[in-house]
Amino acid sequence: MSDNNSLFTTPLNALHLAAGAKMVPFAGYSMPVQYPMGILKEHQHTRQKAGLFDVSHMGQIRLIGDKATEALEKLVPVDIVDLPLFKQRYALFTNTEGGVLDDLMVTRIESGLFLVVNAACKQQDIAHLQTQLADACEIEVLEDRALLALQGPAAKSVMAKLAPASTEMVFMTAKDLSIDGIDCFVTRSGYTGEDGFEISVAADQAEALAEKLLAEEGVEWIGLGARDSLRLEAGLCLYGHELATDISPVEAKLNWALSPARRATGSRPGGYLGAEVILKQLETGVRRYRVGIQTEGKMPVRDGATLMTADGEVLGIVTSGGFSPTLNKPIAIGLVAASASAIDTKLYAKVRNKSVPVKVVALPFVKQNYYRG
Amino acid sequence: MSDIKYTEDHEWIEVHGDGTATIGITDFAQDQLGDLVYIEIPEVGSEIVKGEDVSVIESVKAASDLIAPVSGTIIDVNTALEDEPEKVNDDPMGAGWFIKVEMSDASELEDLMDEAAYQACLD
Repeated sequence: MSDNNSLFTTPLNALHLAAGAKMVPFAGYSMPVQYPMGILKEHQHTRQKAGLFDVSHMGQIRLIGDKATEALEKLVPVDIVDLPLFKQRYALFTNTEGGVLDDLMVTRIESGLFLVVNAACKQQDIAHLQTQLADACEIEVLEDRALLALQGPAAKSVMAKLAPASTEMVFMTAKDLSIDGIDCFVTRSGYTGEDGFEISVAADQAEALAEKLLAEEGVEWIGLGARDSLRLEAGLCLYGHELATDISPVEAKLNWALSPARRATGSRPGGYLGAEVILKQLETGVRRYRVGIQTEGKMPVRDGATLMTADGEVLGIVTSGGFSPTLNKPIAIGLVAASASAIDTKLYAKVRNKSVPVKVVALPFVKQNYYRG
Repeated sequence: MSDIKYTEDHEWIEVHGDGTATIGITDFAQDQLGDLVYIEIPEVGSEIVKGEDVSVIESVKAASDLIAPVSGTIIDVNTALEDEPEKVNDDPMGAGWFIKVEMSDASELEDLMDEAAYQACLD
């Protein structure tokens, strides 16, 4: 605990402490891993009602200028130039080897682009943007803003009450909204698999906004612990686990994020770091793929466990593993050899010198409930 | 008469008058671990050695071990924890007990803390 003093805190730190949160160091920040409700109940609450997450540790960046969209295309395999105003896309910063430096959300705004990047990668991402794009656009790091995520089936009605214009929004769109008098920039997105909103707000308004949201029926604080189990059930990639500098988007089965316009037959093929590698992989396939892993018993299989055949031949590794509160059983995501990536392939996970029978299953584990209108 | 001792690993051991003892984890331990989702139940008849791992405790967050507070032979296990590991969260010193052992060396108890010493170590 001694190094907690050197950690950053978010503008909502006092509210977390008042709510009885258990704070842990995460990506240089002191963050709530859980509240008194506990991870299992917080998880179920988010699936059934609405969870409020403080994700202010994530990086919020604006790329300002006419050339911002064109410039960002040099760093991501995604169609940014044709991204309509107030639409959002999931993107990846690639490296020259075709691996991934970070995953991010990109929204087209009037002045250019609004990015949200992972907390653990943000300094590196900012440096990357400055090195690569400083000539083309202004890079503004929004240090004075908090980010809240309101996720779950009740998010819609809570927002409809406090910000009626939110009802016009569908999944992956954005809007400037007044939430009960507080100016916010809102996207209809999140990382739990549920319908919901991510709300960017001035740091000095963050507490007031959080209190307004928490005062609504069905809204509770949810910590990072449940955030991870929710995204795992939703089959979503977590940087540092399913995504890394040596894992390509094709290996991570993120082909859907590789825009047609940026592919070999598209209108602007390639032109991003590692494009040669990734375009080739799209054509020929890769040696390993991200898959869902279901254990047979109740023993959880964790990140780092090797996946093998009955004969002990290593065919992959678990990248995220935990317990699914919705399914009431352990679930995991792994990277396995192409030959072992078919649904229902039987494998064994090595857990503390035991071989735990598992099989390859489809992702997501729990149906995604995005609101598409 | 029974007597409850505590370890630095946040386990409790209830020593019965007949050389047997019941072992579990403390309320502090269950609170630190968070919601438990899986407990590996050891076999009755197996030997345990003070300081060595006896079983695995998995919470939503991570895996940790039950460490033998004394040496001996397991004479009973709480099989209910197989399907209801949450009993340990709900009642760590009652329905959430882990194992019952026949101790092989009662002098090992001397290193353990009484309740006052354990409370002091938490503060």
